[in-house]
Amino acid sequence: MPRPRRYSWLRILLLVLAALVATVVPLPDLLEPARPNFVALTVLWLCLASLRATGLAVAWGAGLAEDALHGMLLGQHALALVVIAYIALKLRFRIRVFPALHQSTVVLGLLALHEFILFWIDGLSGHALTGWSRWLGVVVGAACWPLVSALYGRLALRP
Amino acid sequence: MPPIQDQDSRPLLLRGPSLGLRLAVFALLSVVLMVADQRQQYMPVVRSALAAAAYPLVWLVDAPFAAFATAREALRTRAALEAENARLEADNLALSLKLMRFYALEKENTRLRAARAGSARVAERFVVAEILSVDLDPFRQRVLVDKGSSDGVHVAQAALDARGIFGQVTRVGPVTAEIIMISDPDHSIPVQVNRTGVRTIAVGTGRPAELRLPYLPRNADVEAGDLIVTSGLGGVFPPGYPVATVARIRRDPAEPLLAVDAVPTAELDRDPEILLVWFDNRIVEPAQEAAAVPAAAAEPPAAPVGGD
Repeated sequence: MPRPRRYSWLRILLLVLAALVATVVPLPDLLEPARPNFVALTVLWLCLASLRATGLAVAWGAGLAEDALHGMLLGQHALALVVIAYIALKLRFRIRVFPALHQSTVVLGLLALHEFILFWIDGLSGHALTGWSRWLGVVVGAACWPLVSALYGRLALRP
Repeated sequence: MPPIQDQDSRPLLLRGPSLGLRLAVFALLSVVLMVADQRQQYMPVVRSALAAAAYPLVWLVDAPFAAFATAREALRTRAALEAENARLEADNLALSLKLMRFYALEKENTRLRAARAGSARVAERFVVAEILSVDLDPFRQRVLVDKGSSDGVHVAQAALDARGIFGQVTRVGPVTAEIIMISDPDHSIPVQVNRTGVRTIAVGTGRPAELRLPYLPRNADVEAGDLIVTSGLGGVFPPGYPVATVARIRRDPAEPLLAVDAVPTAELDRDPEILLVWFDNRIVEPAQEAAAVPAAAAEPPAAPVGGD
């Protein structure tokens, strides 16, 4: 995890937009269920690595954009992202000093909570999806965390 | 690991309202939005605006795939084009032959229906919509197409491909529309078995190559290979268009209902483009029958039937 800094709004916006694009780029059918939620990963990274105390607003905006893009119930991803962003912000000083593998476990927990909130709202709104495959993306996302974290660190440190 | 020292000395989280309060506000906002969206009172306008706002992103994702398709089209060899041309000509001939009989049958059908004061309800107008290369959700069978309310597309409009029913429109933006396929687990379509006329409902499974017919009684006359067509009940889909062919029937003596699997005739996962159709979906009331008889009688061949 790089030294936390104050990233410009433009950079945050570009990161979130890139993550949104990554959630809709077509993948082969076999890989599709394993696609990690890049928006959640990006929001978590921003919460941990950015000095701006605006993680919640970014998370909510990104979630709303994801809902609009995917045609989901409006506010569903927004709520899930705001909740995990809150936890990440609360624990940021602790999580930041964890070694990479340890961080991945925390991210696994947060992504699972994110997916569970989505799952719960799906059920409440009458579109329940009870298959196990939706949890695959959570595991893949947590496994990707060291990679994503290093990549974003590199990208973000560039002047 | 050295302790992290922030160079910025301003407090991080204590500017403005506390983190907990902000969480509460955002969560409440989300819940309000979800409830409003679920009730669908004011949301179509908001939805349409959001779809318009999301379009640049969709375009960005779709553009490389569209460009690749265009490039492949432009770089095809003469031999491949000639072969395709020959194939299409042969197809055209076969279709023309079928069409000759179809015209006669359609005329006869219209006459008979006029005599019974029923509307023919065939697709009258259609627009070709291209499916955008965007993955909306791997667990739901939905696609985005490049036609929207500016082309007159409306919610609950039927979508077909060259082989059968594809799905229906669920959301409309200014230049895009979201289509739910017949294979989505949330989708059901009223159908009938073409051979026997048995009516039932086909439900999506979440897999593009499979539908289920879970409501057929054990003694229903249905066989593997039967064509399932739309029944036109519900008014969303025009009647008589192919939906699926029956693949497997499991008769469990302990169950009162059959377990029937069917394979959609439309190529749900391979179509590059689909047709959005408009048709006259007036439901004919029995009271109109008397009024329509003189109109039918005006057409000479129908007169004997109409006067019957």
